[in-house]
Amino acid sequence: MATYKLNTPISEEEIRNLQVNDVIYISGTMFTARDQAHRRALELYKEGKKPPLEMEGLAVFHCGPIVRKEQDKWMIVAAGPTTSTRMELFEDEFIKNFKVRVVVGKGGMGPKTTDAMKQYGAVYGAFTGGAAVLAAKAVKNVKSVEWFDLGMPEALWILEVEDFGPLTVAIDAHGNNLFKDVQEKVEENKQKIYQKLGV
Amino acid sequence: MKIETLVEDVGVKLLQLAVTKLPQDVKESLQQAYREEENGAGKTQLEAILKNIDLAEKTSTPMCQDTGVIIFYIKAGAQTQNLDKIEKALSKATIRATKEVPLRPNAVNPFTQKNSGDNTGRYVPFIHWEIVSGNTIEITVLPKGGGSENVCSLGMISPGTGVKGLKNFVIDTVMNAGAKPCPPNILGVAVGGGADIAMKLAKEALLRPLNESNPDPELAKLETELYDAANMTGIGPMGLGGKFTVLGVKVDYAHRHPASYPVAVAFQCWAARRASARIHADGTVEYLTHKVM
Repeated sequence: MATYKLNTPISEEEIRNLQVNDVIYISGTMFTARDQAHRRALELYKEGKKPPLEMEGLAVFHCGPIVRKEQDKWMIVAAGPTTSTRMELFEDEFIKNFKVRVVVGKGGMGPKTTDAMKQYGAVYGAFTGGAAVLAAKAVKNVKSVEWFDLGMPEALWILEVEDFGPLTVAIDAHGNNLFKDVQEKVEENKQKIYQKLGV
Repeated sequence: MKIETLVEDVGVKLLQLAVTKLPQDVKESLQQAYREEENGAGKTQLEAILKNIDLAEKTSTPMCQDTGVIIFYIKAGAQTQNLDKIEKALSKATIRATKEVPLRPNAVNPFTQKNSGDNTGRYVPFIHWEIVSGNTIEITVLPKGGGSENVCSLGMISPGTGVKGLKNFVIDTVMNAGAKPCPPNILGVAVGGGADIAMKLAKEALLRPLNESNPDPELAKLETELYDAANMTGIGPMGLGGKFTVLGVKVDYAHRHPASYPVAVAFQCWAARRASARIHADGTVEYLTHKVM
């Protein structure tokens, strides 16, 4: 278990160097995308068009932030992670087409994403659920917002971040998935627990 | 001051205290978990939680973006006047706190999907009433997050399996919930009464301070047993592995129908927010869960 500070754009080599349980902090550019933004970006790609942002080497954040406008300037009020499994539908294609290197969220992701991360070089960084103040503090600036027509939580918020973390590498680029490992261990512990409870 | 104005002001203060500052017993329990957690990933999560709590408190910002659906519990002294004014006052307090704190608007009509925008709506905030003797009004607020609510579970298990069945149901519920309720959690467990009563008691049990054990020695034993079992699962903080899946288990019960054995499990996330105050007959306010300058 090691700690790394990464600056965007992050290279595939830096990503391949990471193992599950490592802790990373990200500085540079990060953007939020939930279900709708994932869908729209992939639709554009299919039509041969580009999304409004060059995503290669960046971190995508599963987050619907609370944002406030103060004198023409957007301010992040709270920006905790949302449940990532909803994006399992899109994430493998998203990683393949846009070469994002870090996916940030909570709760982990499934086998399709794990495979894509191994194949194309990306990791999943688990951010503490609900730790909205910690996240907001690491956001230094809202660079811009795209696709605001999707509504505040679903829009693509492009953020300048400094030492955003701690993110626990829960899926690495070698096919390891910490959430899956924990689930398997829970399954292994089941009989022992039943025995202890006498059930 | 009129009772409705006083209750409204206290309501706003309680909401603000609850979402920005955890009660001391929860904070201490999280600190202890951090000290004792041996799993690296789990410990990292607890460290982030503690930092986040500290920042929220210092900046008076909600500690989680999900400021929950608002539930009040009231113990009203039978000699208190104007109790009919309280519901309206607490509804007003919720609207004001939504703007002033701020809280995330979390009241959505289930048919039109329209968000009311101010955290009020049909049965929201929900108010549980209890009439007690005396002339004081005790108000507790429980802002309840959605992630932990979504894994609450009710089992109408076979009475023949009894307490064994209860234990089995509770531990299976914890294992199925996994990372979803943002562990480490507090579990409220209640048995008996009927489907509604079991769940009401389970949720209300979440309000009991973590450092108070059950006055009934048999139930205290069951709480410890379930606590140990839940922490043997290995789910750990935020489901990343470790020995702290729960911070505490609180058990309550009601007598049951011979044919029924309802078991309810209510989950609270690590952001176990609650705040209480007592309003005395002379208008003085005593805050019970938080220090107020």
